Amino acid sequence: MPVHVRIPTPLRRFTGGAEEVGAAGSTVGAVVNDLERQFTGIKERLCDEEGRVRRFVNIYLNGDDIRFLSNLETAVKEGDELSIVPAIAGG
Amino acid sequence: MTYVLGLRCRECGTDYPHEPLHVCDQCFGPLEVVYDYAAIARVLTRDAIAARPRNLWRYRELLPVRRDPVVGPYSGFTPLVKADRLATALGVEELYVKDDSVNHPTFSYKDRVVSVAVSKAIEFEFDTVSCASTGNLANSVSAHAARAGLNCFIFIPDNLEQGKIIGSAIYGPRTVAIRGNYDDVNRLCSEIADKYRWAFVNINIRPYYTEGAKTYGFEIAEQLGWRFPQHVIVPTAGGTILPKVAKAFKELEKIGLVRGTQPKIHSAQAGGCAPVIGALHRGSDLIEPVKPDTIAKSIAIGNPADGYYVLKAVRESGGWGEAVTDAEIVAGIHLLARTEGIFTEPAGGTTVAVTKKLIDLGRIPRNESIVISVTGNGYKTLEAVSASVASPFVINARLQEFDALYDSLAPQARRAAGHE
Repeated sequence: MPVHVRIPTPLRRFTGGAEEVGAAGSTVGAVVNDLERQFTGIKERLCDEEGRVRRFVNIYLNGDDIRFLSNLETAVKEGDELSIVPAIAGG
Repeated sequence: MTYVLGLRCRECGTDYPHEPLHVCDQCFGPLEVVYDYAAIARVLTRDAIAARPRNLWRYRELLPVRRDPVVGPYSGFTPLVKADRLATALGVEELYVKDDSVNHPTFSYKDRVVSVAVSKAIEFEFDTVSCASTGNLANSVSAHAARAGLNCFIFIPDNLEQGKIIGSAIYGPRTVAIRGNYDDVNRLCSEIADKYRWAFVNINIRPYYTEGAKTYGFEIAEQLGWRFPQHVIVPTAGGTILPKVAKAFKELEKIGLVRGTQPKIHSAQAGGCAPVIGALHRGSDLIEPVKPDTIAKSIAIGNPADGYYVLKAVRESGGWGEAVTDAEIVAGIHLLARTEGIFTEPAGGTTVAVTKKLIDLGRIPRNESIVISVTGNGYKTLEAVSASVASPFVINARLQEFDALYDSLAPQARRAAGHE
């Protein structure tokens, strides 16, 4: 499987409890679509009606926020790690 | 007795029970505590509050606890300083400093949110408390955990000031420094919080934790004699305190404790980390994260979780916001120290400098009442000003030497004191 995707607790009911799943695609957006193919309903949790990443969802590619890269257009390759992380407060 | 009805998603309105939950399953929106305001209005009167000890729990009906709180009995109720000399320097008529640099026990506003968070951790029967922090939160969690007898893990960026590091370590937590910035720490912690059953005050305890910040606003109104100021300037990092101060003022109106026009709330950020001010000035709801580069490390959060709610609260109140340079921040620290005798950290210097800018820009009229939020203490961040203060004169213990020094340096000394 090309990309390892880390799944946070609120989404694990879609993945049968799995903390990490594999997904295919050449961009982050394509990987999200592949997640939806495998786990119906998960994309709606990550993206709004217009298909943009929701305001309180952060996606990291190998530790880098995809908003510093090319958002959903960011290219991914085999072995990459994608983390889905809810926004958290602090200071 | 509790007045908490449960939790509700701030985005989609889905209801959740009163548990250690923080994220909506449906949309990832943050969860917010829901209260029975009608019941609170019946019991929480000005007289009832006045009869209680001077700590943040005097507003306990508006805080999310089920039992008598055992944490933070000395936290909160910090001075609201009438700042006449600073008012003169800024050219305004009525100015106050809400001074959480002397909050008990760790000298920042975080002692408010942590008092509530650790109380909830005990209610929920966690044995370990934890946090991701730029320093002040770690100091407060470490101290409150020590007094409550809980285990403590704290996670910080690896570039913090000595005072912030030692100011946690002294209480005996396990400290983990992450190579990277606060946003890297936060990302790791959200994964750790998913795996370990700890009370992460700013993650799974977040809905309760953030409520503690309201007490800063309650106190401002009470200390002004149960009235609202016209302007409050609040620093913005992750975006916790500003929306909660706005909420505090609205709650006081809702339960009938204060009447009058709601204050305009203004956000202050450092120019080297101003994603919220950027969106505010663009007229956008979309906060673009930044890589922080500023001496104001306590507010160096490039990906503010509640930044959207800061924008919303500022806009709803009719306030504004500005960012200032590191040089302006240092000047703000000096100005507050030399006019009011209050030594704040760079976050407070930011707030002072932004207040000056908002006044100069005409965003804050000179004849309206203003409260500056000082949320942290300068003794923790000596590095920020050590190069900009005068070194001591070194002499032998002989009067003649002092006389000679005085004669040679008196004009300079007078200048330094602001008399020339």
